Amino acid sequence: MSTSTTTPARRSPAVAGGRRIAALARAETTLLVRNRTALMNAILLPLAFVGAFAMVADPGGAGADEATTATAVLAMLVVMGLLFVVYYNLTTAYVARREDRVLQRLLTGECTRGEILLAPAVPAAAVVVAQVLVGLAAVTALLDPPGLVNPLLVVVGLLGGLAVIGLFAVATSGLSRTVESVQLTTLPLVVVMLPFAGMFTAPGANDGVFGQIARFTPLRPVVELCWLGLAGTDASGRTLTLAETFPAAAVPVAVLAAWAVVGVLAARRWMRWEPRR
Amino acid sequence: MTPEPTDRPYAGPVVSVREARRRYGAFEAVRGVDLEVGRGELVALLGTNGAGKTSLVELVEGLAPADGGQVRVLGRDPYRERRAVVPHVGVMLQNAGFSADLTVAETARMWAGTLTRPRPAGEVLDAVGLSHRAQVRVVSLSGGERRRLDLALAVLGRPDLLVLDEPTTGLDPESRQATWRLVRGLLDDGVTVLLTTHYLAEAEELADRIAIMDAGRVVRSGTVADVVAAEPARIEFVPHDAGGAPLVLTPDDLPVLAGVPSTGHAPDRGPTAERGRVRLRTERLQEDLTTVLLWARERGLRLHELEARPASLEQAFLALAEAGGAPDHQTGRTTHVTEGTAA
Repeated sequence: MSTSTTTPARRSPAVAGGRRIAALARAETTLLVRNRTALMNAILLPLAFVGAFAMVADPGGAGADEATTATAVLAMLVVMGLLFVVYYNLTTAYVARREDRVLQRLLTGECTRGEILLAPAVPAAAVVVAQVLVGLAAVTALLDPPGLVNPLLVVVGLLGGLAVIGLFAVATSGLSRTVESVQLTTLPLVVVMLPFAGMFTAPGANDGVFGQIARFTPLRPVVELCWLGLAGTDASGRTLTLAETFPAAAVPVAVLAAWAVVGVLAARRWMRWEPRR
Repeated sequence: MTPEPTDRPYAGPVVSVREARRRYGAFEAVRGVDLEVGRGELVALLGTNGAGKTSLVELVEGLAPADGGQVRVLGRDPYRERRAVVPHVGVMLQNAGFSADLTVAETARMWAGTLTRPRPAGEVLDAVGLSHRAQVRVVSLSGGERRRLDLALAVLGRPDLLVLDEPTTGLDPESRQATWRLVRGLLDDGVTVLLTTHYLAEAEELADRIAIMDAGRVVRSGTVADVVAAEPARIEFVPHDAGGAPLVLTPDDLPVLAGVPSTGHAPDRGPTAERGRVRLRTERLQEDLTTVLLWARERGLRLHELEARPASLEQAFLALAEAGGAPDHQTGRTTHVTEGTAA
């Protein structure tokens, strides 16, 4: 135990922060792997749901070509991943850490609050990305693959969706007394977000007032960005070129940014660091 | 909040608290406390439940801002300059938790990964006697083992200052001794320690200085010897006559004693005689005991159950607690690390 003789290793703040997040994320990954229920929720549920739906319904609409079906399946996978893997599992993780008084311990250490909240999101995000990649490989092998008009927009949509849903998970954890009650507390947002996500049909099919309102719900812009990026299809169903997809992405990106602001405010309002029990 | 390490030599006190205050709504838990801890020193905070010990150490840990006064750790504000201070401070909260499904080794490795200059985890687990339990999940640990893991994490970052909130509560005597040995070893290495405890023996064993808190204030501080010296010694006896029959005396029947205030001057400090038992508190034990014994011989009295003893820390502590009306403060008030801070 040195007093002032040891010079702390000088690292840039970003590197040190990344190292701290990595240490926590590693522990979170271990915990996810050891929790069978959470692991099933994270890995099997989205895949099973998308697989079952693709078999009984026509993703992308009746009579859609294979590339459209492939895009619809991938968009559905993203939405399911964000809801089950990120929203539900992450809310559960925050509540569990809080009730176990792990958050209180972490606050005494060198991690910032942002780092503490980010760490459990790392394995969740990795699972979603892995599922999308597996999905992409599957539709490429089984169907006519989507054209990948603008992959950047897919990445933007995924990251934006992860941020918004992650922030919602932070806020929802504060409203959840126990790990078990997360099943109930996550329900309202799922019920509100899912029908408007627009993942069952290709864009443009259900335009009208409902469709216009839906564009301003949190998950719809993620789906829109997926369609834009994967197939070049915009909200009204037109097929765009790469150059045209950028301006078309403005509205969904702005909507996601607005929801991210709402997410930050909600997280600040409801997040709790000390146990509720 | 710049992450600038405080690696330049700092010569002042490691902890310096001036007139610190902390409020929870209308309740003021810390009411103007002064406290200083020098480098390499161990200061023990004593007090009844709800005296404000935890609320005070949370200010030192930088978990909450002071509502008044000044708190400095290594010369800096531990709350506002947290990033600079926190790598130098090891904290053991009263009840922080662990993820039940991680093993002891995984827990230590995770914590080490968040620290600027961690010691090897294996070395620390060894020091707290947990290396044989390294592969065991935390959920299977006993309460005492969890407390030792707590201590291991607190010392893992080579802290200059260690803040221990009731480190041995719930430990069996053997584990308590082991913890004391570990803390003494850290003191030998120059670590500064601020600890709170319910165990007066722990303070007598470890502390260079103690501070006794009551109702949010430090009511007495100094070395154990200083604090005990301020407390009078005690003489007790049950007087009987030469034939062996009990005698009922009043304080006025007693001789004039040099170290005992008369009942008229200090009714609560003077001699008492209840149900035949006479109790004296004296600041001059030897002289007054001699006077009492000579007085008894002159009158041919037999002093049954005669006791004469110097003050103990326990007696000093109880006397202060009584004077402060301590039972009123035993509200069991819990404090939360994040109280008053936004997410």
